[in-house]
Amino acid sequence: MTQNSTLPVNNQAHTMSEKFFKSHFWHSFKIDIVAQLCFLVFIAYVFMALFAPAIAPFDPYDPASIDIMNSEIPPSWSEEGDESFWLGTDNQGRDLWSTILYGTRVSLLIGIGAVFLQAFLGICIGLVAGYIGGRLDSFLMRMADVQLSFSTLMVAIIFLAVFQASFGTELYQELAMFMLILVIGIAEWPQYARTVRASVLAEKEKEYVDAARVIGLSTPRIMFRHILPNTLSPILVISTVQVANAIIAEASLSFLGLGMPASEPSLGSLISSGFEYIFSGAWWITMIPGIVLVLLVLVMNLLGDWLRDVLNPKLYKG
Amino acid sequence: MLAFLIKRLAQAIAVMFVISIISFSIQDNLGDPLRELVGQSVSEAERQALRDELGLNDPFITQYLRFAGKALQGDLGTSYFFKKPALEVILSKLSATLDLVFGATLIIISFSVPFGVYCALKPQNWFAKTIMGLSTIGISVPVFLTAIGLIYIFAIELGWAPAFGRGETGSFLGLWDSAFLTKDGLAHLVLPSITLASIMLPLFIRLIRSEMQEVLQSEYVRFAWAKGLFPNRIHYVHALKNTMLPVITVGGVQIGTMVAYTILTETVFQWPGMGFLFLEAVNRVDTPLIVAYLIVVGAIFIFVNTVVDIIYGLVNPTVKLIGNK
Repeated sequence: MTQNSTLPVNNQAHTMSEKFFKSHFWHSFKIDIVAQLCFLVFIAYVFMALFAPAIAPFDPYDPASIDIMNSEIPPSWSEEGDESFWLGTDNQGRDLWSTILYGTRVSLLIGIGAVFLQAFLGICIGLVAGYIGGRLDSFLMRMADVQLSFSTLMVAIIFLAVFQASFGTELYQELAMFMLILVIGIAEWPQYARTVRASVLAEKEKEYVDAARVIGLSTPRIMFRHILPNTLSPILVISTVQVANAIIAEASLSFLGLGMPASEPSLGSLISSGFEYIFSGAWWITMIPGIVLVLLVLVMNLLGDWLRDVLNPKLYKG
Repeated sequence: MLAFLIKRLAQAIAVMFVISIISFSIQDNLGDPLRELVGQSVSEAERQALRDELGLNDPFITQYLRFAGKALQGDLGTSYFFKKPALEVILSKLSATLDLVFGATLIIISFSVPFGVYCALKPQNWFAKTIMGLSTIGISVPVFLTAIGLIYIFAIELGWAPAFGRGETGSFLGLWDSAFLTKDGLAHLVLPSITLASIMLPLFIRLIRSEMQEVLQSEYVRFAWAKGLFPNRIHYVHALKNTMLPVITVGGVQIGTMVAYTILTETVFQWPGMGFLFLEAVNRVDTPLIVAYLIVVGAIFIFVNTVVDIIYGLVNPTVKLIGNK
């Protein structure tokens, strides 16, 4: 991409879009119905998350719009349902559909935020480890091994539990979203670091890197402007799966009461708050957000699988 | 070989040291032991005297060494809530968690091996495709949702199995409680074990499948075909043996994941194990119990990881024993 930088911007955009529609990537997408379906569903989720305040009939964060008398109304298609609450209401009397819309927003925000942090840390560490090599490389990769052998969820549960116990529940709830992004983000950096390092090791031997070094470009410039763009496809492949994992991790933590508070629920905390009510027959408070969560994660995993098949350098010829 | 062993043990000790430092700083910062010991009426001067006497004003290192010395003798403090030694409380819950882990492992082994091998041998078969599809769904369903789904269907709607608790336990030679020994205990064990297995099973099926596919491409398998051996012998004697080696080591390293998932499973099913105890301790800010849990789980975790690594080093001659793997 850097070679084209002398071309006028329009021209470049034109050739890039033309390139895209002729690519192996676009062709595989066109013939794969599952991938198209997954992509559509994913876009729908993003749309729901972005425009939640506009789509939602009620504002679940506004106590004035909530009436406790409306609690535990079943979905509108069942006998005791109410027309104004499509998916019924939860235990606090909030409209479930609105709460799910806002919850999707929170879950996706945490998932994507955490993956950005992972990617940032992992890419920097991976580039440095792969390009500089030597003792620094073996130290960083040993760290990655140790970090990976503790599972993310275990680290997150223990860290957040201790944090909550030391600083109290109230302060914790205010910081919950920030803490979740931070913990899930930091715990998973080795995934990116290993992937990036592996491709850097392969790229580093190529002639264009030698050329850049001979021109006298600085090391950071070679790493970020020359090598990094060539490691993007594996990064893209793991990112989709990582977002799915981050969303599951967030939901699990929220379920344990270590994540988002019930006043600002993510999908996980919604499921958690509905759990005790399934024994009294109010299945929808738990099951509907559960289905929404599983579908989101499933779609992301399928997209990740598809991307891996398409972008896998071994299979990809072009 | 000796160098590898020493290196691996040194690493284990280093990680245990870090865990103990973390645990100790938690204990140091979380809550005031004096508040647990004395009431409101004690004056500030008396408090200071008591602090000195208890050694709470000593430098961090002195306090840490005292903590580590006691910990090595098995003294991890007294639980505020249970009023019993924390280590004793944790270990009394160990059998419940082990029941669960054992049940789940049983399910994982008995299903993942045949399914994984089948998917590797006949990748185009509809049954193999179904298994692979289901495993993607399995990975996408969080543990707690599997648990809730199972409770809703089998405990509430059908009433086949109890929804929570451990039920009656039998005693094994008077040494060990286990739910495996009574009918009631087994009934309680079924749903939590399936839940815990549900998240690991898809991972293992995929792992066995991909390892097996790789082995089937290797030269010694082709040579076995060329020799004219029976397909069954090639598949189940030659290929399977080499498939299982990486699978066992990866399986051993999954113990961290297993710990996290036992916490989740135990919480949903109110299973009286260590994970459930840990979350209760967090809610009650029962510091000694939190610390004891971290130390015990950390020790189990490091022990298993080290043993698995050493076995891998012993069994697999291609592992570079010195330096990075």
